[in-house]
Amino acid sequence: MDFKSSDTIPGPRAEDHLPHTATAAVKIVIVGGFGVGKTTMVGSVSEIRPLTTEETMTQAGIGVDDNYGSETKTATTVAMDFGRISITEQLVLYLFGTPGQERFWFLWNGLFEGALGAVVLVDTRRLEVSFDVIGRLEERGVPFVVAVNDFPDAPRYPMEDLRAALDLPEEIPMVKCDARRRASSRDVLMTLMRFLHSIAMAGASARA
Amino acid sequence: MTPPQRRRRFPKEAAPEEHPVPPAEGQGGQGQTREPERLYVVTGQVEGGDRAELDLVTLIVACADAPPSAQPEQSALLRLCQAPMSVAELSAYLNLPFSVVTVLLTELLTAELVQARAPIVRSALPDRSLLEAVMHGLQKL
Repeated sequence: MDFKSSDTIPGPRAEDHLPHTATAAVKIVIVGGFGVGKTTMVGSVSEIRPLTTEETMTQAGIGVDDNYGSETKTATTVAMDFGRISITEQLVLYLFGTPGQERFWFLWNGLFEGALGAVVLVDTRRLEVSFDVIGRLEERGVPFVVAVNDFPDAPRYPMEDLRAALDLPEEIPMVKCDARRRASSRDVLMTLMRFLHSIAMAGASARA
Repeated sequence: MTPPQRRRRFPKEAAPEEHPVPPAEGQGGQGQTREPERLYVVTGQVEGGDRAELDLVTLIVACADAPPSAQPEQSALLRLCQAPMSVAELSAYLNLPFSVVTVLLTELLTAELVQARAPIVRSALPDRSLLEAVMHGLQKL
């Protein structure tokens, strides 16, 4: 790994600095198969140019991997694109999109456990690539909504057929979106937040 | 044309609760074994090693200038977090893996050159006012 002289390290643009009042952050994870538009969605709503962070997973941690195979016996790098939305002077929302092989994301400790919730982005041309991730979110009790990214050449199914195909309970919200459009991506995030809010309300009344 | 069909991992009758409702006291052991809730708590307690518990979105703020003895990586970190910056952003700007950044930050935290502002994590019962604040912020987009 090259580490250049610290003087040459590109930092954030002046307008990308958070205010000193920023005291807390929350995160939402955008998941889905390869090429489904996760990074596009992050980019369309982020106030900063999307950035990439990476982590190195040891082979022992990821088990047998068909694609990377024997040439990387020691480690595999998992990269994630992310963006940021300042909510208030104090609160910041981070959005993580996760390119690459989805089963690696769950090795990233705290990524899902600490997230407010997740958006499962679905491409109807390859619906089956989202099956695994939906199962994993269910197993971990991570609240999620499903957004169907409306690719022009993708087959159009009625929402109820997609819900049945994904075997989603009625209460899990499903929306169509165009991940390239800020307003559309924002609406997806709003759908997730309203869903989380309804869970919080139900939890509160159950306790009352 | 029908789309491919997902098979749910759990039979419907034994499906896990859809909402992360905390189990009532003393009922944790019944039914199928659920993984213990892995709450990501920033305790300040170092677990099984010498790394601080830092989340991707823990905000780091410098509280001192780099001492002359600081490594270039640490000087760069301190310069970047003059204003609050998440560990993920530090990792991205420095082009260093997340775990490497957490090691560097642990040293800076120990030396009290930076402060960490812990993230708000999802709890069993999310804070409604927090969710409402996020919704309000998104509406302004």
